[in-house]
Amino acid sequence: MSEVKVAKGLLYTDDHEWVKVDGDKAYVGISDYAAHHLGDIVFVELPEVDSEVSLGDSIGVIESVKAVASVYSPISGTVVEANEELEASPEALNEDCYENWIAVITIGDSSELDKLMDDAAYEEFCANIEE
Amino acid sequence: MSLKQTPLYPMHVKYKGKLIDFGGWELPVQYEGMGIIKEHHMVREKAGLFDVSHMGEVMITGGKAEDFIQKLVTNDVKSITDNQVLYSPMCYPDGGVVDDLLVYRYNTHKYLLVVNAANTDKDFAWIQENLIDGVKAENLSPDYAQLALQGPKAQEILQKIVDVDLSTIKFFWFNPAVKVAGVVCIVSRTGYTGEDGFEIYTKPESAVKIGEEIMKAGGEDVSLIGLGARDSLRFEAKLPLYGQEIDKDISPLEAGLGFFVKLKTEDDFIGKAVLAEQKEKGVTRKLVELSMVGKGIPRAHYQVQKDGQEIGFVSTGMHSPTFAKPIALAIIKAEYTEPGTELDIIIRNKAVKAVVDKGIFYSKKTKAK
Repeated sequence: MSEVKVAKGLLYTDDHEWVKVDGDKAYVGISDYAAHHLGDIVFVELPEVDSEVSLGDSIGVIESVKAVASVYSPISGTVVEANEELEASPEALNEDCYENWIAVITIGDSSELDKLMDDAAYEEFCANIEE
Repeated sequence: MSLKQTPLYPMHVKYKGKLIDFGGWELPVQYEGMGIIKEHHMVREKAGLFDVSHMGEVMITGGKAEDFIQKLVTNDVKSITDNQVLYSPMCYPDGGVVDDLLVYRYNTHKYLLVVNAANTDKDFAWIQENLIDGVKAENLSPDYAQLALQGPKAQEILQKIVDVDLSTIKFFWFNPAVKVAGVVCIVSRTGYTGEDGFEIYTKPESAVKIGEEIMKAGGEDVSLIGLGARDSLRFEAKLPLYGQEIDKDISPLEAGLGFFVKLKTEDDFIGKAVLAEQKEKGVTRKLVELSMVGKGIPRAHYQVQKDGQEIGFVSTGMHSPTFAKPIALAIIKAEYTEPGTELDIIIRNKAVKAVVDKGIFYSKKTKAK
């Protein structure tokens, strides 16, 4: 899968979400691997702002023409922002999945970040996925 | 058990199709660099080439062939003549659908039935079970590869590599011996997209050659098209899919296919009595078009409710590439089918508002020129 891009400097889950830490907040999105596998994204369901989430909770749903996939929170915390632009332009996730974050979550327990992969580890993780 | 490959498999690999398991067949849902939406627009605007070799072909021959096919199908087989094609549901005695299929008439003693890939074995068993004296049925599916070239530029492209004037093949007619890239094929002006186009039946060993010649002849005006766009195209044109709009528990009258159920002819067919009664009493549930009011994408099998009560189900729904919004077909209780009726579609356990609509689907471009 040489065309799939892994952005540097981000953290990743084994479920293909990325995390960008900014002080006590985490920006969360989906990786190019996820966007590529979903195909043309036509609908994004965002999490509710001010909702409390635990690691692994669903914080949204992304629908492509053919598939429905949940986005899982990589950390526990409170959703402080949801990217409403994605409601009008879901295809933005196919255009640039790293620029277009889905939600911003306050970091409740920073030790949870240690469970995430860095970009090199994630790149290797993707390479080893059985196609 | 490993997946079956069609004769066009090398092309799917070459053009980087994203291969999936489609009812036991290894076929592409879309192609790299394209995707479902781009492929869908390609067919509506220029031309698209589909591998449909997984379809089943059953040859019916014998002195009583016409009578036999009339027994099996709900449409009027006597209404077609040599080299003409008929679309029809094929029903069980209780009016449920065995499959929908195309009937190609060579003459009254020879017909080729083209059936859905997923139903080939079931259909052939049904045909054999109901066989009458003076008729032979052969499952020739492994002997045929099938390609479909669909879109406004389909004729212009195919004309470059055939030896007949394609304008002589009218909508729902076929020519049993057209040389396509030098290979003798059956060519019909039929398809499953709502666009003008052709279906080409050939020997498996010639499939790739013909496919590549079409790609060359079409250049920038043609693309290979996967199963994803095949579904979005037929759905926009309101063409039924077995397992969604029709199945053994849905009658063709409930599915809005009454036009293909000829109850007034003299001939009997399997299911006629039940369907005639259904027509007389009125069906209790009907296919309707749904527009979304709330935000969400309706999909096949989602429940439809009115005031918290289940009244039916979505047969097919999706984001429509042509109309850039979600639309659906649903089979719901007859009393709620008036356009303007508000109802709810249950999407991930939440009721999302929708409304019964009319005329929101794609106007087919397939009328005979």
